[in-house]
Amino acid sequence: MSNKDAYWNKTKNHMIVTLVLWAFFSLVIFMFGSELNTMSFLGYPLAYYMTAQGSLLAFVIILFWTANKQEKIDEEHGFSEREDD
Amino acid sequence: MFKGDFIKNLPKIYGTYTGGFIVFIILMAIAEQAGVSAKNIGVMFVAFTVLIYALIGYLSRTIQVDAYYVAGRQVPTVFNGMATAADWMSGASFVALAGGVYFGGYTYMAFLVGWTGGYVLVATLMAPYLRKFGCYTVPDFIGTRYGGNLVRACAVFVLFIASFTYVTAQINATGTIASRALGIPFEAGVWVGLISILICSMLGGMRAVTWTQVAQYIVLIIAYLIPVFWISSNVGGGIFPHLMLGDEVARLGELEQQFGLVKNSAADMKAAGVPGGLKYISGTHSGVPEGGMAVWKYLSLAICMMVGTASLPHILMRYFTTPSVRAARKSVAWSLFFIFLLYSSAPMLATLSKLALMDPNLPTGIIGKSISEVQSIEWVQRWSEVKQVFIADFNGDGILQLNEWFMRGDVVVLATPEVAGLPFVISGLVFAGGMAAAMSTADGLVLAISNALSHDIYYKIIDPKADTAKRLLVARVLLVIIGAAGAYIASFRLTSILGSVAWAFDFAMSGLFFPLVLGVWWKRATRAGAIAGIIAGIASGTLYLLWVFPKFSVPIFGGVNTPFLGIDHLRFGLIGAPICLVVMVVVSLMTKEPSPSVQKMVDDTRIPTGKAILGKQH
Repeated sequence: MSNKDAYWNKTKNHMIVTLVLWAFFSLVIFMFGSELNTMSFLGYPLAYYMTAQGSLLAFVIILFWTANKQEKIDEEHGFSEREDD
Repeated sequence: MFKGDFIKNLPKIYGTYTGGFIVFIILMAIAEQAGVSAKNIGVMFVAFTVLIYALIGYLSRTIQVDAYYVAGRQVPTVFNGMATAADWMSGASFVALAGGVYFGGYTYMAFLVGWTGGYVLVATLMAPYLRKFGCYTVPDFIGTRYGGNLVRACAVFVLFIASFTYVTAQINATGTIASRALGIPFEAGVWVGLISILICSMLGGMRAVTWTQVAQYIVLIIAYLIPVFWISSNVGGGIFPHLMLGDEVARLGELEQQFGLVKNSAADMKAAGVPGGLKYISGTHSGVPEGGMAVWKYLSLAICMMVGTASLPHILMRYFTTPSVRAARKSVAWSLFFIFLLYSSAPMLATLSKLALMDPNLPTGIIGKSISEVQSIEWVQRWSEVKQVFIADFNGDGILQLNEWFMRGDVVVLATPEVAGLPFVISGLVFAGGMAAAMSTADGLVLAISNALSHDIYYKIIDPKADTAKRLLVARVLLVIIGAAGAYIASFRLTSILGSVAWAFDFAMSGLFFPLVLGVWWKRATRAGAIAGIIAGIASGTLYLLWVFPKFSVPIFGGVNTPFLGIDHLRFGLIGAPICLVVMVVVSLMTKEPSPSVQKMVDDTRIPTGKAILGKQH
């Protein structure tokens, strides 16, 4: 397998992991809204907290994490851009 | 000022600008104490900020194609994040989001998840690859990847429908805010808004829009957050509302029990003469509605908004302006961070505002008091005069019940500072913020449309030999025409007919999402597949909208129809996008696979290093 193919396979897997996390915080947890709302976080009902703030924050964290991870994959395969590009 | 070390000086320049704006707010506060009228303070806030944007727009003028279309591809990550956040958060987000949460509670907050979660799709599936491609516009990618004028024109068509639906609403919002702040008629406000928008974008294209959007973001976030924190400490919500409103949310639940959530009948409301567009609280704030259908409604709305976000050209094109692919990825993360600052505050503002009105233990509470007493409150009188709030004593007991208090959603943002006893200078600040939010989005949209028409239709299809001066002239003329057309339509106040901002998301996801994603992620996708997919997606989505939206009531579809599986007019992208996918895959597999040169193009797009597919000047 060429370096390019290996790079693309890793990138693809990384994309899938990111989208699984995304689906968890945007869709899966809200399938169980009423159950989650019986628990509480910071004094808020949990489902309310997630839709008002928690999932939004999770997306921000996912995005920084995923960008850093992808940069590592770039480096491993020698596809990092030069600083001055 | 905009040469050489300008980029390095950005933090200093915008730091000074932010400091200057805060000094201006303090000066206005002093002016208020000195007896300057509330109206004049509002005028000064809007006039001062719009003049600054116009100045930035003038200083960013350019005669270079790549500066005009993609800001010279040198916008640093964090600043592009701020510009995208301003581009994204519209006048509607600014003035209506908290109101939506106020009335809709948990169910409405599917919009919050949808309008933020979409950025994960942007970052993983689209932005870095489109940046590597080196395109000027979104149709530029589709036209080059799939090859040919027809597919390019189809993409421009979808872009036009989606963005134009959106831009009229934005110009409308600009007009509303300008007319309220400056005390001029709405129609005049629309044209004032348009001129402000054009000054910011005409001379410098994307470069000017970028630097004004950063300035507008700073104004709008200050204008949103100061009142939230201040109100919170005034009504006893604590100094950091985001982490400290647990008790308040629980208290709202108790008050809902105490007052009872009653649904008014349409006949009662009509008899009492409740003005159109005013709402009352009939659902719970934090409770989750029971049942599978309620869950599906929440999820389907979130899906439409997320996928739509990832297909909206005025957002995608912001990531064409970063210096590198890596910067494009990081920039998406920063964009969402800056958006998060406002979106996570909207539910807090809604909670505080609701509590201020509902809690009888607070001096601001009005529910449960006698109606004559409530009607003598100054802010109630002022907002009643302009038909923004309304009281109907259905049970005739002279006491204001929860279901007897009607209010327009915008009032939550525009009037809560007043209700909570903040000085007027804050209301002036809120006007400036709303104006910044509406202008920045309108700028981005008008530019997205006119760039697609001038680059993809005029230069690529009609006159590929046009020189730079002619291309930029055409781009500017189109910018003025599109802006004027938007303002002209907005001045008729057709928004109730044009429907919701959500439609823009559904149109974009129906026609653009899969052609963009598969263009990068599936080499086998062919030109015929893309053309068929775009046409089938946008046509089926539009037909379904005509079928389902009650106000259209098209006779050949038998008038008003019940939504299929709960897919109403806000969610019609759920029909368009899957049809687009299926048609695109089937037709692609039936046609010959793309040529080796196209496959190589896709391979190159997937790798951050190396030359862009489209050159610096194309």
